Amino acid sequence: MLTRRQWLAALAAAPALTLARPLAALTEASGRALIDRVVAEINTVIASGASEAGMFDAFETIFRRYADTSYVAAYAMGADGRSASDAQKRAFTDAYVGYLARKYGRRFREFIGGRLEVRDVVPATNAVEVRTTAYLKGQAPFEVSFLVSDRTGSDLFFNMFVEGINMGLTERAEIGAMIDARGGDIDAMIRDLRSAG
Amino acid sequence: MAVGSMIGLGLSRPCRRLFIALCLLPALALVAGCALPEAPAPAGIEDPFEERNRRVHAANKGIDRAVLRPVARAYGAVVPGVAQTGLRNVANTLDLPGTVVNNLLQLDLPSAARNSARFTINATLGIGGLFDPAGEMGLAEADTDFGETLHVWGVPEGAYVELPVFGPSNKRDALGTVVDIVLNPLGPMLSDETRRVVTAIEVGEVVDTRNRYAVMIDGVLYESADSYAQSRLLYLQNRRFTLHTDIATPDEDPMALDTEGF
Repeated sequence: MLTRRQWLAALAAAPALTLARPLAALTEASGRALIDRVVAEINTVIASGASEAGMFDAFETIFRRYADTSYVAAYAMGADGRSASDAQKRAFTDAYVGYLARKYGRRFREFIGGRLEVRDVVPATNAVEVRTTAYLKGQAPFEVSFLVSDRTGSDLFFNMFVEGINMGLTERAEIGAMIDARGGDIDAMIRDLRSAG
Repeated sequence: MAVGSMIGLGLSRPCRRLFIALCLLPALALVAGCALPEAPAPAGIEDPFEERNRRVHAANKGIDRAVLRPVARAYGAVVPGVAQTGLRNVANTLDLPGTVVNNLLQLDLPSAARNSARFTINATLGIGGLFDPAGEMGLAEADTDFGETLHVWGVPEGAYVELPVFGPSNKRDALGTVVDIVLNPLGPMLSDETRRVVTAIEVGEVVDTRNRYAVMIDGVLYESADSYAQSRLLYLQNRRFTLHTDIATPDEDPMALDTEGF
């Protein structure tokens, strides 16, 4: 039996415990584990020898599972997102994920025979940064960094940097240019994005 | 250091004067007791020449479409992989003396020593640079250029510039590109005939790079909605990352963005 004093202590501790749990969900170790899984799955796809279309589908699945797609899409649309309807936002997220899988999937072929090694994990604002080194055949090693957060309740990556190139920022510029080139027509941009990349 | 003395001996007189003047700058900084005043990290895009830059960009794309891309495709299809690697190794070895000059100008003695050792090993054991035994021994290249030297001396980046043929650059790197060509210590040492071979290898390296990164370069130049803006953004981010070794990944708070509806 608990004494009254012990009950009080337990009650006092309870809110702290429930508050502490979501904060503890993302750790440097869990962020590293996420990127390890992503890298392992990408390597499996590359090693599978699947057709290009098959690889793009597989990359898209990996991206949907491990990336914070709603964040990535909202970031890419930037200020243009404010004037978009909910239907446009959903359609954009869907088209954008496919576009990224095709665009970067093509480049992953340069990774055949290469590997990505997690170097270290450093804290960031509401996130951790997982820093890796890419070793590609016949190339000097280069740095690839992933930002991971548990904003959605599970650990997902929301941006990546390749030798200092911010992929989110670079794609935001591209999406902005696509919207400008279509006279601000978001629907036209989404339509063309489905076959771009 | 073998390469260091070689450099001094091989230079023509005006070249040597420039070299000495360039060496004096960091030496003066040392005497004055101050560290080299590395330029602060710039942010954003400064592009007052955008209109002219865009015209140069269009011309560069024309050159790529008409000459470089088809030549690189043919090269990729015809030249075997081993020969491609050999070409890259020779081109890299030929660049090393110039790289060592820049290492020294930056007072980066460990890199100067590493690149000198690389040059010596690859030029001999590597049969004139055809192979890269130094790389296999763990002596990777510590790459640099005169643009970085200017950066180390505190010269700011300056406005973005797209150079004819050479492509994305900035005021500081544009000057660096010219100086690297003039400063190459191998240049004055070679006979006219050898120099033609060296030039051919350097052109070959450009073709090789265009072929190796074909997917990425084609993507930026021909599939982007604004290839000028994309190449500018890619260049500036990557160059700043290369120069500012202490630069942190830009902080991005995932909680600060409204993702409702996406």
